[in-house]
Amino acid sequence: MISENLHTVQHNDPATLRNLKLRTTYQNVWFSIMWLAGVITLLVLLLVLGYVIIQGGKTLNWEFLTTPPRGGLSGEGGISTTLGTSLYLVSLTLLVATPLGVGAAIYLIEYAGEQSLTSPVLRALISIANFSVETLAGIPSIIYGLFGYALFVSTLQFGWSLLSASLAAACLVLPTIIRTTEEALLTVPDDYRRGSLALGATKWQTLYKVVLPASLPGIITGIILSVGRIISETAVFFVTLGGSHRLPSSIMDGGRTLALHLYYLAMDTNAFDKAMGTGAVLIILIVLINLVIDIISRKLTAKVRGG
Amino acid sequence: MRPEISEYNYQASPFFMDGDAKPMKKHGGVEHQMSGRIIADKTVKYILFISAILSIVIVLAIAFFIFQESLQAWAEIGLSDILFKAVWRPGQDQYGILAMIVGSVAVTFGAILLGVPLAIGSAIFLGEIAPKSVQSVLRPAVQLLAGIPSVVYGLFGMVVLVPLIRQVNVPGNSGYGLLAASIVLAVMILPTITSVAEDAIRAVPDGYRSGSLALGATKWQTITRVVLPAGKSGIMAAIILGVGRALGETMAMIMVIGNSVVFPKPLAANPLTFFFSQARTLTGNIAVEISYATGVHESALFATGVVLFALIIIVNASARWLINRQSSIQTTRQG
Repeated sequence: MISENLHTVQHNDPATLRNLKLRTTYQNVWFSIMWLAGVITLLVLLLVLGYVIIQGGKTLNWEFLTTPPRGGLSGEGGISTTLGTSLYLVSLTLLVATPLGVGAAIYLIEYAGEQSLTSPVLRALISIANFSVETLAGIPSIIYGLFGYALFVSTLQFGWSLLSASLAAACLVLPTIIRTTEEALLTVPDDYRRGSLALGATKWQTLYKVVLPASLPGIITGIILSVGRIISETAVFFVTLGGSHRLPSSIMDGGRTLALHLYYLAMDTNAFDKAMGTGAVLIILIVLINLVIDIISRKLTAKVRGG
Repeated sequence: MRPEISEYNYQASPFFMDGDAKPMKKHGGVEHQMSGRIIADKTVKYILFISAILSIVIVLAIAFFIFQESLQAWAEIGLSDILFKAVWRPGQDQYGILAMIVGSVAVTFGAILLGVPLAIGSAIFLGEIAPKSVQSVLRPAVQLLAGIPSVVYGLFGMVVLVPLIRQVNVPGNSGYGLLAASIVLAVMILPTITSVAEDAIRAVPDGYRSGSLALGATKWQTITRVVLPAGKSGIMAAIILGVGRALGETMAMIMVIGNSVVFPKPLAANPLTFFFSQARTLTGNIAVEISYATGVHESALFATGVVLFALIIIVNASARWLINRQSSIQTTRQG
């Protein structure tokens, strides 16, 4: 803002003027390069999205969505059972991960700073817990897959199943849910808590009836983010879910998610048109999820500004 | 984290002591109801505590199970044979993962080479240059780029990049290989680096910028000589986090890198043909073989996992160290 006004400053010394001109040219060149970087990033997105949606759009129709894949090496059929498996897996994973993640976040934000918490062991545990959440967030998904394979598939004998896959995926999305819930809790003004405590509510009543409702949109954002991660995730399910093209009939059955189906189509059967169609469905789902998150966070900022 | 709250903690208040004090003795009903609430309150606290501790348990369990399953490989094959031998032939009991380590490092290097300039450029653009209206388009775009499943990137690579690269006339060039994998990976780490670096740039206090501009520096001089040096640690952390993501990527790599267990080397006299060489990553090695491996073979795959895990922990720890340093520098300077 100030730099724009620089041009209007009167300089009598020609050397200074030349120097300023040079510096301004220099700036213009570099600014163009930075604009270019931004434009390229946007183009990359449009290229990938556009290509997959246009190519995939050719195979995409109601029949593709509602017929089950025929399995085997043909790559024939639609994607109905993989949509179903994805849905099962998302529900089952969130059923496990949401209460644990939200609970952990509540403890780490609302209880961990208590005065009564004088025990050094407890304090150490809490800082290790924070550190662990960070560590979990950085672990690559294939490691979660390997862990799920070792613990759930082999040791606990759950086999390649919805159960093994969703437990492994729950570990994967746990840090996402914890972090977003923590952020949501931090946005609730302290006055809400004080007001409730002053009315004689216990801490849990305060949390349950005042703090949690106030932070609900943020928590929901975290859950939707996790839905996106589970839909996109492939490596974990590649080693824990088996890969049967049939719809699992119980949680001990294996299956394949949309993303996993795409992988098999592209790698095992070279059915690239069907793979593109599946990719288009995945991208549409991800775009929808991003839109919903965007709407929620817009509402949130509006509320914070208004209130 | 919120010490001021604890002043209002009912437990600290004499009216709510649940043990010996019995503050409301005359109103039996109230007292009864009260202790019920307090029992519920305490129970909930323990349940929440257990879920908070769960992430520690999971980290330990992951480390334990992967390490334990790899013990057989370390014992039977030996540390140096696994780490420093390049031949991986499960049929002949040869389990050297050096070729995969080189594959992972090479593809990460390629991705950083291609992705970092673009990502840092985008971050500077978003944080310092772009008008609000452009920001409101580009930022969600970066977010969306982060959300696209890795198999979709892999598919795009297989269908678009690989045939394109195959056109280049190099003997033995199949299109699949380090170049295709590096390009795909560069796009995948782009959003991570861009958003973390932008955060670092935005975290630089505005006073720095005003000070520099007031001294007569142009906006670009301010960016390169004041903002970027001040946000240096954060930007480095962004790049290192990108490295972590690149090392950990699995499915897209399997799809475009060719997966043959060869030690990547130039295909012709020109050293640049190195990038046309096929390779396999540590992650790909695990994913491709784990479903049918047994015995030592399986254990060797877990050993691959241990190596990957160790690499990632080191990378992420250094990123975290840099981020902490950045915020501590900024607080001291501001204070």
